[in-house]
Amino acid sequence: MSMVNIKINGTPYTVKSGTSILDAAKEAQINIPTLCYHPDLTPWASCGLCIVKMEGSPKTFRACATAVEEGRSYITHDAEIVKVRKTTLELILSRHPDDCLKCGRNQDCELQRLSAEFGIREVPFEKRLRDIPKDESTASLVFDYEKCVLCGRCAEVCQDMQNVWALEFIGRGFETRVAAAAGVSMADSPCVKCGQCSAHCPVGAIYEKDETAKVWDVLCSAGTCTELMPVVQIAPAVRVAIGESFGYNPGEITTGKLYAALRKLGFKAVFDTNFSADLTIMEEATEFVTRFTKKTEQLPLITSCCPAWIDYLEKYDHDMIAHFSTAKSPQQMLGAMAKTYYADQVKKSAKDIFMVSIMPCTAKKFETIRNDDMSSSGAQDVDVVLTTRELARMLKQAGIDFRNLPEENADSVLGNYTGAGTIFGATGGVMEAALRTAYNFVTGEDLKSVDFNDVRGLDGVKEAVIDIKGTKVNVAVAHGLVNVQYVLDKVAAAKAKGEKLPYDFIEVMACRGGCVGGGGQPYGATDEVRAKRAAGLYTDDEKSVKRCSHQNPEIVAIYDKYLGKPGSEKAHHLLHTHYKARKLYNK
Amino acid sequence: MALKNYVLVCGGTGCESSKADEIFQNIKKEIEAHKLQDDVQVIKTGCFGFCEQGPIVKILPEESFYVQVVPEDAKEIVAEHIVKGREVKRLLYVGKDDKRKTDFNKHDIDFYQKQYRIVLRNCGVINPENIDEYIAREGYAALDKVLTSMKPEEVIEEIKKSGLRGRGGAGFPTWMKWDFTKKAEGDVKYIVCNADEGDPGAYMDRSTLEGDPHSVLEAMTIAGFTVGANQGLIYIRAEYPLAIHRLEIAIAQAKEYGLLGKNILGTGFDFDIELRLGAGAFVCGEETALLASIEGKRGMPKPRPPFPAVKGLWDKPTVINNVETYANIAVIILKGGDWFASIGTEKSKGTKVFALTGKVVNSGLIEVPMGITLREIVFDIGGGIKGGKKFKAAQSGGPSGGVITADYLDTPIDYENLQKLGSIMGSGGLIVMDEDDCMVDVAKFYLDFTVDESCGKCAPCRVGGKQLYGLLDKITKGKGEMKDIDNMREISLAMQKASLCQLGGTAPNPVISTLKYFEDEYLEHINEGKCRAGKCKDLMKFEIITDKCVGCTVCARKCPVNAITGEKQKPHVIDQKTCIKCGVCFEACKFKAISRG
Repeated sequence: MSMVNIKINGTPYTVKSGTSILDAAKEAQINIPTLCYHPDLTPWASCGLCIVKMEGSPKTFRACATAVEEGRSYITHDAEIVKVRKTTLELILSRHPDDCLKCGRNQDCELQRLSAEFGIREVPFEKRLRDIPKDESTASLVFDYEKCVLCGRCAEVCQDMQNVWALEFIGRGFETRVAAAAGVSMADSPCVKCGQCSAHCPVGAIYEKDETAKVWDVLCSAGTCTELMPVVQIAPAVRVAIGESFGYNPGEITTGKLYAALRKLGFKAVFDTNFSADLTIMEEATEFVTRFTKKTEQLPLITSCCPAWIDYLEKYDHDMIAHFSTAKSPQQMLGAMAKTYYADQVKKSAKDIFMVSIMPCTAKKFETIRNDDMSSSGAQDVDVVLTTRELARMLKQAGIDFRNLPEENADSVLGNYTGAGTIFGATGGVMEAALRTAYNFVTGEDLKSVDFNDVRGLDGVKEAVIDIKGTKVNVAVAHGLVNVQYVLDKVAAAKAKGEKLPYDFIEVMACRGGCVGGGGQPYGATDEVRAKRAAGLYTDDEKSVKRCSHQNPEIVAIYDKYLGKPGSEKAHHLLHTHYKARKLYNK
Repeated sequence: MALKNYVLVCGGTGCESSKADEIFQNIKKEIEAHKLQDDVQVIKTGCFGFCEQGPIVKILPEESFYVQVVPEDAKEIVAEHIVKGREVKRLLYVGKDDKRKTDFNKHDIDFYQKQYRIVLRNCGVINPENIDEYIAREGYAALDKVLTSMKPEEVIEEIKKSGLRGRGGAGFPTWMKWDFTKKAEGDVKYIVCNADEGDPGAYMDRSTLEGDPHSVLEAMTIAGFTVGANQGLIYIRAEYPLAIHRLEIAIAQAKEYGLLGKNILGTGFDFDIELRLGAGAFVCGEETALLASIEGKRGMPKPRPPFPAVKGLWDKPTVINNVETYANIAVIILKGGDWFASIGTEKSKGTKVFALTGKVVNSGLIEVPMGITLREIVFDIGGGIKGGKKFKAAQSGGPSGGVITADYLDTPIDYENLQKLGSIMGSGGLIVMDEDDCMVDVAKFYLDFTVDESCGKCAPCRVGGKQLYGLLDKITKGKGEMKDIDNMREISLAMQKASLCQLGGTAPNPVISTLKYFEDEYLEHINEGKCRAGKCKDLMKFEIITDKCVGCTVCARKCPVNAITGEKQKPHVIDQKTCIKCGVCFEACKFKAISRG
């Protein structure tokens, strides 16, 4: 790695070649203000706040997008730079509504923070708001164009990270906005509801559709308001992230406190999606072993736990639909089981149970109504999905002192989980969990070491060859939808040439890092944060007594008592679904 | 057999829109009617430049320069001039000395006297749709020279010697762009021509392409050989249909002649050129936005570095030059860099094409040596100000430029001097203003354009431009306050320093420049509610001076909104509430009985 010698504000530094001025300044303990910049993205350089000067040049440079050059001397702050930054900020504020108190990002907003830092007391320019109606057409997200500062992060995420291309700049000049192309609603666009746009938005312009009111209604005390029985499930990735809203570090596991908090909120039963992740593995591993041993045309098998990914594939890769695992996602499996198996035990009907799931994900809201299979219990299997962010707000509204809660356990019969279930929340986790059980299904034996390190980590595409007692299984794991296309293209190319398929099993998660980096997680996710959250899940896995799904006693029980065998007719009715090709644009 | 006559009909867009094609067809028909088609060739050429006098028809060998021709004149031109050999005197261009003026190449006509045509060397001379005519005037000789006897380094050296700088506006040394691209690593490289001219009032590149398309094709091919590229792309706006049409013909003919395509001139060098049509967004003239547009993306600028020379089209090293820059190349190769460098000033060599418009007598397309003064352009070439009014200022650089005032009429025009005056060379729009132009209104006009054309990407341009326009609008409506001036300066600074590209970075120039030279006009608007040019309607008031009004009723009859009433032969009155301040009464009154204030 070559190094370059530069000066920042007169002081010499040596930094790695290719470092941006922004990062070089950071190494020199100087923070240059930014609004559009995000470490996940190629600098789009739109906001104009990070401008710096270079000695000997009449121009200004964008610190985020400019690499340092040998021998150069940069000035990050002087009276003129600060003045220009402030004016630019004031210009941005002149077309931004001042309704911070009523905004979902109040106290967690990058624009608000900058405004405070620059001591903005008055904006000298005419307020020029634009009256554009919100887009609330999808089940998952709200686009409040009025608040948009046009930083471009969402469009970049949608196009470059997710390859979805639902969001695009439309119009020009002052009328420019980011919205679905051709002026269609988001619901009619290719949007897959992953919510990465909302996770990257620096302000309150894109956010999850808030459904906490529906849950509050059902949770009304002592069952006086409702005859519904509120039950809840929490997804794997929630436990390592919700703590961030209460002062914990990313990755700190708060499962026990979360169970306790949910009971305090008023849920009558607290289940864990990790349990149904184990259930998913039973079905999916069975499906894989069947397809693999029979070498059917539906290889490679592709995981289907991620609703944004389902939406993507149904829209973009029609040829691959047959490769999808028909197993429902853990959320939907738990919903179905809660309203059948559990309902039977508490002598309730499906209609009487109100299933809330806490998810790191905005697409999960859409998944509950994806098709009729999502109502296999006779009622809608999952009634309301709250994102991690929504739950954090509810807990605060309820005045729950999260940090000081005693730890509690989940309720049986849908609460016990293995280490395999918990790692579902990280990229590679579903693959790893499936392999642990598939090994057992093929060989009748358990693995000595259950760790598959090759499929862990934040590389966009991870490929590995797994040895099941002499039989090689080729697997690929992709996260961030843009990486998926690489894997699918490889399969398509082999198919077209009649060559041996490159993979037998593919795991896909739409969001970078998997669900730990989900679109419904607390704001501020970067690779560092995602890695920490994932590490939390792997720690949870290591500490688990049982680390393979088929070893979960509640899983064993549910098959014994209720479902029969994995892949049985009953299991198919309740735990499996189907897919269909759909158009990119509905209009 | 030598032809008896050549009839050249201007086929530039200006003349075309004044029925030049009909003139061309009519002349051809008449020639055929007289069965003279074997003796007379009728040619449609590129722009003659003297647009004020268009449509232009020129007949050789007599050098008869016919101006303001209409289709009905065809009969007389053929019957008199071609058949009988008698010039049609009423159509001849006559100079200030009442003498018949003819050959524009020999500078017989005052409009052409101080011009120096390198870029426009073939415009108005050859049929741009016939490659043979281009070749007959040394066309493709430079390409032949380069491919058969020069090394790429020598080409760059020659261009370096010439001192040629980018004619798109910024004036970056052309040889450096080529050299960077040549030295950049890449299996594939591209040559791009920026023909996305879009300044209001500018048509230099359009005319060059319409009048001499091969000059650009030849230069791009030379550039391809020099930097190691085999593909060229011309990005041209779709609203230039004639230029596109002629380029398509030129490309096809060049391919047919082995001057484009595989194995050019048998040298083994391959080079192809394709057209890419732009949708007319001004920002796509910015090179990174242009490249994004070619790639099929929305035309929005990207930060530089990396420069296109290193990472351009499809991330490959790319030379991107403007039409006029390319049009200089072949001449430089043939006549040598030293020859080219002998024209112009110390740092600005060669010539510059300007679209001279506004309040001058002779508007048109002109090419002048660098270092010429604005006075020479406006008064010698342009023939002075229309209607004998007073020169107030000229705007160079279009919406990105600034004004040059009467005090600086004698400053030699080159890149450095214009910048010193607070303007820029730009691509060559030159709009002349007189005492009837309000400078606040002028700034507002340009801001209106850049606000509309902002791509919307970066905040300083998108919001700053809109706010700046809003303040100018407020001032022209008589609602300005002193703090608006400070705010305009603040916004302008932010736009200059923090805009991502030069569309936003230079958009405040008209404001900064008019504030610098005409602050008093701004203050008059704000403090006295007065627009001295009588341009800002909200500040205007027409009143009838009772003493002078004879009650002739002309004003009342002409008023389109019936705001004027009064009995015959008695002083009239204007109802201020009804008056729309159109000024018709003011112009109509023979007794100067209407005041404008």
